[in-house]
Amino acid sequence: MARQARRWRAGAAGMAVLGLTLTACGGAKVGDSSSDAGGSGGSAKCGTFNLAVNPWVGYEANAAVIAYVAENDLGCKVTKKDLKEEIAWQGFGTGEVDAVVENWGHDDLKKKYITDQKTAVDAGATGNEGLIGWYVPPWLAKEHPDITNWENLNKYAAKFKTSESGGKGQLLDGDPSFVTNDEALVKNLNLDYKVVYAGSETALIQTFRKAEKNKEWVIGYFYEPQWFMSEVPLVKVKLPDYKEGCDADAEKVACDYPVYTLDKIVSKKFADSGSPAYDLVKNFSWTNDDQNIVAKYIAVDKMTPEAAAKKWVEANRLKVDAWLK
Amino acid sequence: MTVVVEKTEPPGRPEKTRPAEEPAPVREPRRVSRPMVIGAILLVWLVLFVVLRGKQTLALGAADLTDLHRWFNDVNDSIGANRNSNPLFLYFFNEIRLVIDTLVTFVQELISQPSVDRPLPQIGWLGVVGLAGYLSWAFGNWRVALLAVAGFTFLGLQGLWQESMDTLALTVSAVFVALLFAIPLGVWAGLSDRVNRIVTPLLDFMQTMPTFVYLAPLTLFFLIGGASATIATVIYAAPPAIRITAHAIRNVPETTVEAADSLGATRGQALLKVLLPMSKRTVVMGVNQTIMAALAMVTIAALIDAPGLGKTVVQALQSLDVGTAFNAGLSIVVLAIVLDRVTTAASTREEEARRSKNRFLAWRRPLLGAGAVLTAVLVFMSHTYVWAAEFPGEGGVGSSIASAADTTTTWVQDNLSGVTNTVRDLITNGLLNPFQSLLTDSPWWLVGAVLIALGVVLGGWRAGLTTAVCVGLLVATGVWSDSMTTLASTVVATVLVMLLGIVFGVWMGRSRLADRMLRPSLDAAQVMPPFVYLVPFLALFGATRFTAIVAAIVYAAPVAMKIIADGVRNVPATTVEAATSAGSNTWQIITKVQLPMARGALTLATNQGLIYVLSMVVVGGLVGAGALGYDVVAGFSQGQLFGKGLAAGLAIVLLGVMFDRITQAAARRTSA
Repeated sequence: MARQARRWRAGAAGMAVLGLTLTACGGAKVGDSSSDAGGSGGSAKCGTFNLAVNPWVGYEANAAVIAYVAENDLGCKVTKKDLKEEIAWQGFGTGEVDAVVENWGHDDLKKKYITDQKTAVDAGATGNEGLIGWYVPPWLAKEHPDITNWENLNKYAAKFKTSESGGKGQLLDGDPSFVTNDEALVKNLNLDYKVVYAGSETALIQTFRKAEKNKEWVIGYFYEPQWFMSEVPLVKVKLPDYKEGCDADAEKVACDYPVYTLDKIVSKKFADSGSPAYDLVKNFSWTNDDQNIVAKYIAVDKMTPEAAAKKWVEANRLKVDAWLK
Repeated sequence: MTVVVEKTEPPGRPEKTRPAEEPAPVREPRRVSRPMVIGAILLVWLVLFVVLRGKQTLALGAADLTDLHRWFNDVNDSIGANRNSNPLFLYFFNEIRLVIDTLVTFVQELISQPSVDRPLPQIGWLGVVGLAGYLSWAFGNWRVALLAVAGFTFLGLQGLWQESMDTLALTVSAVFVALLFAIPLGVWAGLSDRVNRIVTPLLDFMQTMPTFVYLAPLTLFFLIGGASATIATVIYAAPPAIRITAHAIRNVPETTVEAADSLGATRGQALLKVLLPMSKRTVVMGVNQTIMAALAMVTIAALIDAPGLGKTVVQALQSLDVGTAFNAGLSIVVLAIVLDRVTTAASTREEEARRSKNRFLAWRRPLLGAGAVLTAVLVFMSHTYVWAAEFPGEGGVGSSIASAADTTTTWVQDNLSGVTNTVRDLITNGLLNPFQSLLTDSPWWLVGAVLIALGVVLGGWRAGLTTAVCVGLLVATGVWSDSMTTLASTVVATVLVMLLGIVFGVWMGRSRLADRMLRPSLDAAQVMPPFVYLVPFLALFGATRFTAIVAAIVYAAPVAMKIIADGVRNVPATTVEAATSAGSNTWQIITKVQLPMARGALTLATNQGLIYVLSMVVVGGLVGAGALGYDVVAGFSQGQLFGKGLAAGLAIVLLGVMFDRITQAAARRTSA
């Protein structure tokens, strides 16, 4: 017993000495340099700004730039939340999300949250035009220029056959949250195609990437603005022209998708709060090219969203200043 | 979505095998053998299929809904609309959320996130590494302590320290909350047959229901972020601990309990002094399985803004950045392996210590004390000094691993896609398509009847009854046709899993060396988040059902291999020797002795293979498998499809229950 106690004491003393030695050669202490951690003094006015980040790179570009400006020019504390659209909109009601900054249509959500529950309001367009449609890889459009018109699609249907398309041509659709009329379109335009659901944007992009590289026959749903276009400039297939109301009945659609005006949605609470971040979101507006550049920085050049935003903002100070007026 | 080894526990959930099938139906004079009956059923099916093809298939378009689906939608909407006025929310769900949120934030501020008055967490990397090493040593042994220190340091070198700590914080909180309920519940289920019978189907449900289905509703109840993510993880991770605790309590020898009784112990005393101590080792295994399951949820929970490594994986997936996704996935694997080995060592520590009577035993207490002091010093320093709080370096190891992973995948994609396309087309056209059209183009009542008949033949009347109920409910979900498509892929995947399982399982079972070499990669395949290998698989196989099958095989084959290897190894050596001396060659020994004698293990492997394949259905939906997986993902993404997604989730559960009951019953018959 006594021997054990002695060992104990020896051990403890040894450790204490070791500890003290290590402590003595310490270094900078946590919290010493508080100057850069606290941020600018304006944060009290702006407070916390909860920004939803929906899962595609174009959206991330919008969010990165808005967050960067809000943090550096307005002194807001920006909390980014990675969420799918549906859940982001839910967050308006619970006060957990202040803004969604690239919304594609979603009339059902607008009805539910803006009209019925009154927890969200429209904050105007982002300046981006959203194109949806059918695309083919560039090599295909080059070798068979007539393929970019829907009327010739049946001629090539056999070429687009895959193990999934049951003997018809395959029209590849993407993520289930995308707006799509493709099944109705195929039926109503009498096309010899079957819509196959890839199930994710990743699957869609990987398929197109491989198709361009190996000269494979692929036709599928895609959209602009999209960073992938800067890697592989897909070519849009012409569908019958869109006319107001031609897509009113989902079963009978036989025309192209309309050009979407992408917009921003904010929570009612945020809009009424008088936060400078709300004015920023409301005034934010840029072009498809602007977005594609930032998206390319993120997706292709693998910059962090913050670094990508910084690079663009520094090069486009005039545009940014216009949002801050 | 991803259960880890839980079900590989020794002879598979014996709690269910108990009283159920004791009085086996008396039917000695069997004139026709079982394979012949099965053949006859299949023949009748084929004939009727040719006649009735395309009739009453209950097909439903991608955007079409049934009344049930609409009703689910309405319920969901009304919850969302009333959540701020409903007292159930104000006084129940909000309170739960508050408690869990406080817990999660507390752990995060401790190790991963800056707290209010500090730019860094309370304990920096040096402290965490020190704690990890010390605890592993105290509860396990010095070997796992070294592993823990090396593993945690590797996380930092990867440049993912903070993400890893966020993941660890979430896992620790979820496991803590899960065990708080799971251990008492497990003990109760272990003591009472009735509780066990009630709890088992609920646990099945919790484990087979795809996480995607309840992720969105959970954010309605518990809002976005840490609390919801933790609760989702708890739902998924608690069942293994409950099952294994109950199993452990049940397996305490009756004589021991009787001895305690005869000594006049009360129920409470018997529980605390006899049952719990004796089952401690197994209970720790349950804790281990809960930790593994919690880690498997990391990437899924990232979809509702859970912080950590999962977020990195999901974001990398958006820009198809395989390298970055692999990095984060590798960190999850390292975390899992460290936690697995440490808890396993902890569960066997006392026995090993007793066995190895070495001289260090006397030194243990003073050493433990000294270690505690040293750890305290490390924690203090990491609290105080920046160099010990922030992991130094730029994560160079991470970026070189990432670029190596990128290069490898690109090479594989460029050079192998010809071969892979051939394999894909062969299996799709030769096996999958015919089987799928047999299932989806036959009238629903015909497929239902065949399933019930097979259930009866393979598993007995009770299994047949379960199958009948499941078939009925599947029809009611309104996604019958999609269920059959999924069923076809599931069966094909399981067949391939079993082929691989037998080949590698026999090899591992016969050779210790092969076992030791393969096991780490099997562990990694089970823990690596599927999101990481989706991109390379898409490049190799395209957005097809076959890609989903391959993903399912990667996840399910390791389990089958491990079970079969165990089965082969458990064949008595004397039997093998007898066969050898009788002049059998290796091939004969495998096919005539080892495999037939490991029949129980083979059926169990089939059971687990199927369940694991089913748990990958949703991931399959992301890469072109369509059917139920796509429905579930769509329900998560689009409000008006929520009800359909829920119905599809239920259909997956029903398929799982149906298979589980049939194969379990079949396993009992073959081993009887």
